[in-house]
This record gives sequence, structure tokens and C-alpha cells, in this order.
Amino acid sequence: MADLSTSVGGIKSPNPFWLASAPPTDKEYNVVRAFKAGWGGVVWKTLGEAGPPVVNVSSRYGAVHIGEQRIFGLNNIELITDRPLEVNLREIKQVKKDWPDRAMVVSLMVPCEEDAWVKILKEVEDTDCDGIELNFGCPHGMSERGMGAAVGQVPEYVEMVTRWCKTHTNMPVLVKLTPNVTNILGPAQAAKSGGGDGVSLINTVNSITSIDLDIMAPTPTVDGKGSHGGYCGPAVKPMALHMCAEIARNAGTAGLPMSAIGGISNWRDAAEFIALGAGTTQVCTAVMHYGFKIVEDMIDGLSDWMDQKGYASISDFQGMAVPNITDWQNLNMNYEIVAEIEQTKCVKCGLCHVVCEDTSHQAISAEKIKGERRYEVIDKECVGCNLCMHVCPENCITMRKVDNGKDYMNWTQDPRNPFSNAAE
Amino acid sequence: MAENRDVAAGRCTAPALAEAFEDLHAPLTDQQAYNEASRCFYCFDAPCLEACPTSIDIPGFIRRIATGNATGAGRTILDANIMGATCARVCPVEELCEEVCVRNTGDHKPVTIAQLQRFATDALFEAGMQPYQRATETGRKIAVVGAGPAGLACAHRLARYGHDVIVYEAKSKAGGLNEYGLAAYKMPDNIAQREIDFILSVGGISIETGKALGKDLSLDQLTTDFDAVFLGLGLGAVNALGLDGEDVDAVEDAVDYISDLRQAGDLSKVAVGRRVIVIGGGNTAIDAAVQAKRLGAEDVTLVYRRGPEQMGATDFEQELAQTNGVIIRHWAMPVAITGENGSAVEMTFEATQLDGNGRLEGTGATFTLMADQVFKAIGQAFDAAPLGGGAAPEVSGGRIVVDENGKTSMNGVYAGGDCIAGQDLTVSAVEDGKVSAEAIHQELSGQNSNKGAS
Repeated sequence: MADLSTSVGGIKSPNPFWLASAPPTDKEYNVVRAFKAGWGGVVWKTLGEAGPPVVNVSSRYGAVHIGEQRIFGLNNIELITDRPLEVNLREIKQVKKDWPDRAMVVSLMVPCEEDAWVKILKEVEDTDCDGIELNFGCPHGMSERGMGAAVGQVPEYVEMVTRWCKTHTNMPVLVKLTPNVTNILGPAQAAKSGGGDGVSLINTVNSITSIDLDIMAPTPTVDGKGSHGGYCGPAVKPMALHMCAEIARNAGTAGLPMSAIGGISNWRDAAEFIALGAGTTQVCTAVMHYGFKIVEDMIDGLSDWMDQKGYASISDFQGMAVPNITDWQNLNMNYEIVAEIEQTKCVKCGLCHVVCEDTSHQAISAEKIKGERRYEVIDKECVGCNLCMHVCPENCITMRKVDNGKDYMNWTQDPRNPFSNAAE
Repeated sequence: MAENRDVAAGRCTAPALAEAFEDLHAPLTDQQAYNEASRCFYCFDAPCLEACPTSIDIPGFIRRIATGNATGAGRTILDANIMGATCARVCPVEELCEEVCVRNTGDHKPVTIAQLQRFATDALFEAGMQPYQRATETGRKIAVVGAGPAGLACAHRLARYGHDVIVYEAKSKAGGLNEYGLAAYKMPDNIAQREIDFILSVGGISIETGKALGKDLSLDQLTTDFDAVFLGLGLGAVNALGLDGEDVDAVEDAVDYISDLRQAGDLSKVAVGRRVIVIGGGNTAIDAAVQAKRLGAEDVTLVYRRGPEQMGATDFEQELAQTNGVIIRHWAMPVAITGENGSAVEMTFEATQLDGNGRLEGTGATFTLMADQVFKAIGQAFDAAPLGGGAAPEVSGGRIVVDENGKTSMNGVYAGGDCIAGQDLTVSAVEDGKVSAEAIHQELSGQNSNKGAS
């Protein structure tokens, strides 16, 4: 069995599967259940300063369901922990003592005043936790109080607060980034400049789940009104992958330790983020959908896959996909593929034909031969776009490489590009 | 000494009866319908649509269910098949749309189109929507003979075009086989009449019950009084076994029994034999056998002269009989009935086989069964007598001859449903009525009225 132990920003974990700072990590009871199930670490639900109360509303969640698949995306308007600070601190300390091999990271969010951070850092240090995560991402509620995303969207604030924390504590500092920015590199660079030991991303995406057309209000609805919330779950994974990839391949931020978050629901999702350089991965929506037990499959699924691929440890494939993420202009213009339909598996639904006919390149013919429907790729019309492959419900379309004998040539070298620098 | 017939009502308790005759398929819940609708691939040029005799846009209506547009789904169905509600309950979909569903290939389970169709049509009825408006009245009058699926479908389409339709029905209620000929558990909650009420609510259609062709009406008179005539006569005669002793009171026509059961207000008053034999292999035979069993008959044996593959009843229906405790005996034919009025009968069957030329022959081996009630369900026949002795449409092979538009050999006279050659299904009857209505409308649109518009 492969060695799944890993670390991020100096925080060690027996496996790369953490629970993200969120409702599932709000108290000892839940976290102990998670550790019993096998989770490698948790980021405790965000603590705020003692004093000003945090009060939550009902309802708090909205969801997007697709077909029979429930919770393709989840939106929440819950705030940071609404339990007393001292209770959380006491429980964190106890759990860390009882589960010394697991990663215990504490998420924090206090006002943008150095004193407030100094005060809470001392209190958190006393728990013997393994590190802290700065919540600069929460997009709702707390941002109206000048915290969360209100900080995360301003790189200067990110850098400033990160530096305060690095100045006043020796605990590793992860900076949690909000995706609600035009370019993730700004805040990521700021976290690095402030001395952060790593970044966690993405936090939730500003969202309105749906509009209830009967009451003409957004969901989740609180007494007829709704507010935007934070979107997460499988729906946001592509955005999270993109942002992690940007950090991993940008010279200024490359190598910055990452704890990846965003729609991770199984070992394969986690492996994808690790392939982009993440050291650990954080899960929330999937456990809020299925419970903690899913970690069992995450552990043995990742382990078996690593064994099959010959990866003995996480570092063996960590970041391996990064070099293959490039700008469009570097793609090979001479690479040619065409669709191929495996006729014996085809159930004759005709979707490949109609989507190609209606929306693409008219490259799949529809015929009836002795009453039998038959769909065939017209090779010379096929541009290799893959659309048919994606719509095929039976997965019987593959893309076949055409050996055209042409060498690699990207757009910067392409004579069709007026700005190409092709050799004369 | 002859054994007395044991035929009695109330063999089951009222709750047991109620359960036995409740909906064969419980309606889908909203969530079930959504989930099932989500299984539809929304095929291009969908095979299910092609397999439907009325060409319902099946992927179109299923997608509407998936988007929460159940009434739109209902309308899509009724646009093509005004009796979509009945068809959803009785269509042999495993041999039509569901048989060709592409999900049979990958999933080995078709989208349950019939159940979704029921969900959609129920939704439309519950919403109390009337999707159709009559066109400006044309003043044309059309007579429809027979208020079964063909006649009513024809009447509805003609009424929509603004024509006035009078439907003549021999029985006391409209609906034809929907009302009289299907097992009660397939058509609960008075769905046949509710559907008819919906059909009539478009306006322009009046139904005159108790008016039989050849008795109260003549084709001659109808062709004189109306701009066009549609004959949806159904099958008026029942095939006989051709055995001596067939006329004893223990031997009944299955269609009559099914009809009486459907019309009975209280099933605990419907008598059934302790031992029942059903002769035949079609859906009528199954309907009689299963209902007899559900009424509390101890032994119900269905005897069919060929094998399961040759049975007219679908696989689903055959299985329904078996799971209801009906014993099915294949490859046997009745050869003798012994008994008298008031007594149980002894039926003798001879085993059958195919000879070298594929023809059915007796093997000489026999067995006997005692029965308190025997139902004949060996097919029905068209009775041409009501067409009258004067000018009448051509009949061939025992059915009225029509062209592709349902037009008979007589000018202005159309026919459809079971009285013409075809599949003898509700759904094909609806299609026949629809096609004829279109043709009648075309024909009338091209000529001036000279009849009946006074």
C-alpha cells in the first residue's frame, strides 16, 4: 500500500484528506466522528473574537440537483462558529490531545486590527493545534462586517494580516483565498509576500442557488428574503482546479504549498488537485451529502491507484500535471483527432448526430439501413472538437489520432498567424 | 349425478377486494416522475415516437416532465392522442414504445414511458386545463357511429375543426372497450368517463346512447342526413368454441363478464365460480382470469392451444396472470363440455402440437377439468349485419375495407378501430379516428355544404 502521509506548509497529516472549515468541523462531537472514520485532519470551523455574537438564520442551505444527482452544488449562508470561543478552544485542545497524529488546523477570522489577531493567536497557541488558516474568503455576512472576503479581495490587507500572524506566532499559517476575484494570483502573491506558509483554496463562490418562482425570492429563503451565499460542491471543482493551476504555474507563486478545496468528493478529485501541486485536500460538501464514511473509499481508492501507477508516496505525483498546463498559444496546431463511434456499443440515440448537425460541424451522418439507425462520423468534416464524445450517454465515442505526419507547430510558429515568429 | 355449480359473490372481504382492484400501477410521485424522466436520453429521431401508433412526441413530453412542465407534457401527449390517459394505462408498451427505448440496450430497462404518460395526463386533468379551442363553427355535421376510442378520437378532432358531431352509441354509456372491455384494476377511478368528459368539454360533440346501427339507425339515413359518417363499430360478435354443450349457463363470454364486472357498483356483489376455466390467450383471457382470481375464485386455469410465444397477451400480462395464481396450461384445446344448466361442467382438453407443416394438431392425449364457470375468450369478430342490406361499405376478411385515410368504398363514409383490419389496440383505434377526421375535414373543406346545416 502506498504511503499517503503528506504535509502542507509544515503541517503533517497521515493522509491528504481533511475536512474543510465548515459546519462539519464546528465541534468536538463531529470532529471525533470524522477522525474515527479516518480523516487525516480538520480545519476547525472559523473562530471569531470573543464578544460580538455570531447568530445564524434558518434556512441556511440552497442546492442544485441535476437529474437524480442530488447536490451537484451547495450554497450556504451560515456564518462562522456561533459557539463561545472558550468552548471551541477547550474542545480543540482536547481533540488534539486525543488524536495527536491527525492534523488540527484552526480557522480564524477577527477584525483587521493587529491587537485582535495578537489576542486570538495566543489563545489558539494554547490548544497545541498544528497550524492556523486565515479565513479571508467567507463571502457572506462576515464580509459585511469588514472580515472574510472583504479582506481577501484586497491583496494589501491579505499581506498585512498574514504578516501580523507570522510576526506574532510560530504556528504555520495557511491563508484561505476567496475565488471572488478577477485574478487569484493577486491575493496568492500577497499571502506569499506576507510570509504565509501556504494557501488554501478556493473558498466558496458568490452565488444565488435559485429563485423560487412562487414567492419570487432567492433560495435559501429566510422569511421571504434571501441573500447571496457561498457556492461549493462538485459544480465548483473546475474553477478551483483552474485557480490552483494558476498558482502552481505562475513564476511568482509556483511552489507555494496548497491545501486544495473545491468540490472534492472522492479520491480521484483529490488526486487531480495533488497533481496540480496540492499537499492536502479539503472536503466539505461531499460529507454534508453522504457523511464521513466516504473517506474510506478516498483512502483505499487513492492508495490502489497509486500502487497501480507505481507511486510510492504522495510526493511521487504531486505537481506532475503542472508542466502540462500551458497557454493556448503553445498548443500543437498540427495535432489532429477525429471522432470514432464504436458501433457495437451504440444504442442509436442519435444525440451525437443532432448536436453536431445543429450546433457544430455536420460531421456525423444519420442513416437508416434496412430500418436500423446508423450514425457515422464523416472524417473529413470532423474537427475533433469532442462534443459528440461528451454527449454520448453510452460512452461509445472515442477520439482517434490522425497520423498526418506533421511536426509540432504552435500558434506562435503558425504561418496563418500574422504575428507568428516562424523561421523564414 | 351432476354437481351443482358453486358460483357465489363475496368470496373476499371488502378490504381485500378493494386492494385487489386498486390501481395496477400506482401513479408516480413527483419525485419518481422527475427521476424517471431524467433517464430519458431525449433521442434524436426517437425510436419510441416511431413505435407509437399515434406518434406521440415522447422525448418531448418526457423532457417537459423533467423540467417541471407536466401540463405541457400532457398537452404534447393529447395533441397526438386524445386518449393518452387510457393508453397510458392499457397500451402494450412493452411491444411498442418501451420495447424500442434505447435504454433497453445499456440499462436493460426502458424509460417507463407509460407511467410518465399517465403522470402527465393526470397532471393536465387535475389542473382542469382545456388546451383546445374549437375553430369557427363550419355548420358541417358528421355522424360518428360508436363511442369507443376510434369514434371519440374522430369526433374530438372534427369538433376542433369547428364541425358538429353527433356520436351514436348502442350501449348506455360512451367509451367502448375503455368503459366495458378492460380489467377494472387497469382503469380505476372512473378514468374512462373522466377522459370522455374531457373530450366532450371541447364542445360541438353530442352523444346519443342507446342508438344501435341496424336497429335504431341506418347507414342509408346517416349518409343522407350528414356531411360524412365515421364508423367505429368495434367487434360485435364473439367467437364460439364450436362444441356441443357450449350453451350451458356455466359457459360465458369473457367480454360479457368483464363488462358486467366493470359496470358493477359493488364488487362484493359480483359472483364468481369456485373453479374457473378461461379459454384463450389474449389480453381479454388474462383480464378475465386475473379478475376471477382477485374476486376470490379458488382455482383459475387458463388454457391456450399454443405456447407462450404465440399468446396475444403480452409477456407482462402473462406474468401478471401467473403472479396472481392463475395456472396457465399451454398446448391444449377444448374438445368436449359435459354438464347441464345449473351444474358444474367437466371440460375435456386434448393436448396439441404442431405437425410437420407447422399446423396445430391434437396428440390424442386428453385431460379433464371441472369448472363452475368457463369463460370463452378466443377472439371477437366483426358483425357486418348492422351495415344493412342496401348500399354498404365493402367488407373483406371479416372487416370493413378502408384506404390509408380510413375511407371506405362508400363516398363520405369512413371507418376505423377494431372494425377495420389492424392491431385491435386502443391506441391504433385512436389513430384511425384521428386520421379519418383529418381526411373528412380535408374533404369537407373542399366542398360546399348541402346537408344538415339548416
